[in-house]
Amino acid sequence: MAGHAIVLAPVYRPVAMGHLRVLCSGLFLIGASMGHAAAASRLVVTGSSTVAPLLTEIARRYQASHPDVRVDVQTGGSGRGIGDARQGLADIGMVSRELKPDEGDLHAFGIARDGICLIVNRVNPVASLTDEQVRAIYTGKVSSWAQLGGNPVPITVIHKAEGRSTNELFVSYFKLKPTDVRAHIVIGDNAQAFKTVVANPGAVGYVSIGAAESEAGAGMPIKLLPMSGVAATTEAVRLGKFPISRTLNLVTRKPPEGAALDLIELARSPAVRDLVEDLRFVPLVR
Amino acid sequence: MSRSFADRGFSALVWAGAGSGAAIVALILVFVAIESVPALREVGGARFLTDRGWYPAEGLYGLAPMILGSLAVTALALGLAGPAGVTCAVFCKFVAPPGVARVFRVAIRLLSGIPSVVIGLWGLVTVAPWIAAWRPPGQSLAAGGLILALMVLPTVSLTADAALGAVPMETLRGAAALGLGRWAIVWRVALPAARAGVLSGLVLALGRALGETMAVLMVCGNDARIPRSLFDPVRPLTSHMALEMAYAMGTHRSALFLSGLVLLLTVVVLVIGADRLVRNAG
Repeated sequence: MAGHAIVLAPVYRPVAMGHLRVLCSGLFLIGASMGHAAAASRLVVTGSSTVAPLLTEIARRYQASHPDVRVDVQTGGSGRGIGDARQGLADIGMVSRELKPDEGDLHAFGIARDGICLIVNRVNPVASLTDEQVRAIYTGKVSSWAQLGGNPVPITVIHKAEGRSTNELFVSYFKLKPTDVRAHIVIGDNAQAFKTVVANPGAVGYVSIGAAESEAGAGMPIKLLPMSGVAATTEAVRLGKFPISRTLNLVTRKPPEGAALDLIELARSPAVRDLVEDLRFVPLVR
Repeated sequence: MSRSFADRGFSALVWAGAGSGAAIVALILVFVAIESVPALREVGGARFLTDRGWYPAEGLYGLAPMILGSLAVTALALGLAGPAGVTCAVFCKFVAPPGVARVFRVAIRLLSGIPSVVIGLWGLVTVAPWIAAWRPPGQSLAAGGLILALMVLPTVSLTADAALGAVPMETLRGAAALGLGRWAIVWRVALPAARAGVLSGLVLALGRALGETMAVLMVCGNDARIPRSLFDPVRPLTSHMALEMAYAMGTHRSALFLSGLVLLLTVVVLVIGADRLVRNAG
């Protein structure tokens, strides 16, 4: 293990604490706004738990310059973000995917992109996998890297826990049925995938490209595999070329105005680029 | 005749303290039970045991792999930590010179103070790869049992040490006077006399092993299927909840609370059973 640093990315850690974190920041915001005699307006933002940590940070920055506005960020999934925005229960909905055709009634504003790629240990000679091979690995049809042109090392399959958006994205892209997946290790956050892949030369897992790129850049002995021939880089994600990628969106029912417009504009501006990158997402603007 | 004011005040205070302690336990149980109701209503109690696996996305909520996982990891941990802990205590009490025993006790207490996340991290980056080199994937029932054993070892060892310390010196001297050797004194006299204390240490360890979450989450692999060997991954109830609670909604979330209820009831049943064993031993 010596010789390379395992960077514990300063990311939002959702293991059992996701709701609590958001709740706490919510309470913090309530506390902060009560300090001001009159909280002039209140913005309710609900939806995707992937977007929530980013928006919580953006809202904190927004409130630093707008002490009269209180932003409430609540999670509940992209579906809730769409539903709440539509029904007016929330001023802004958070959606961690592209909008569907029947959601055209909403106004969508992309704030960042996210993509997931497969990672293996750097000593693994396998340079790429076809979609069919990935399906075979994740359904247990192949069990040794020798069957894929690699060394005779057993494959250790790393999968994300049910309910995580990366799990859904991966499973739907490869058209896998949850009951068909044969994983060895089920994890919550990216950090555990990195540690397992570093420690186990036969392991394969999927993680957020932003996180993988920065860990590999920091010298972690992992290799990012291309997907359908496209190299796994944040640049490919930003350009929308990477197959498994998505836009993180904010949605509103009516064209936004006032504080909602300010917050959305801030979220899309280069002023929060550091926050986007801290959370291992890919900024839309260069 | 009448008790003093201070006495009555004291007893009221102790009653209030004990009562609120018990009330909090009851409240937690009630809360978890209420949160589990939607799952029980929508899925039905039996299906949690009969569904062929845990696939919330497909409406399958079988908890059997997790229940067996918790029991297997705990049994393995106690199987390892029980004999090892008692051996440590015997070493301290009967074998080691006083100076060595004192240092050894401090070391054991230090071990009990290591945060579980640190032990878990060590298990993830050291123990699991070590097992993986021999029997992949490494993160497994064996790794979980080993790590948990290390975590409950101090509990077993320190309580056994205290229990052995409480065996009357006359008993030990009497045994020695009868010409018994050190082995016979420890095995035939001291340990039987300290049986109740040693067993209650094991009960404490049992509770801790069943409830431990963070370290187990990191080293067990957490695949939600029944392990077929010591080297297969396993998902205990605790990591099951920790892993999925943050993003679960609706029935899925409620089913996780039901997992918590099952774990609580398992602890209650095992602890009551073990308590009875201790009482019979004492």
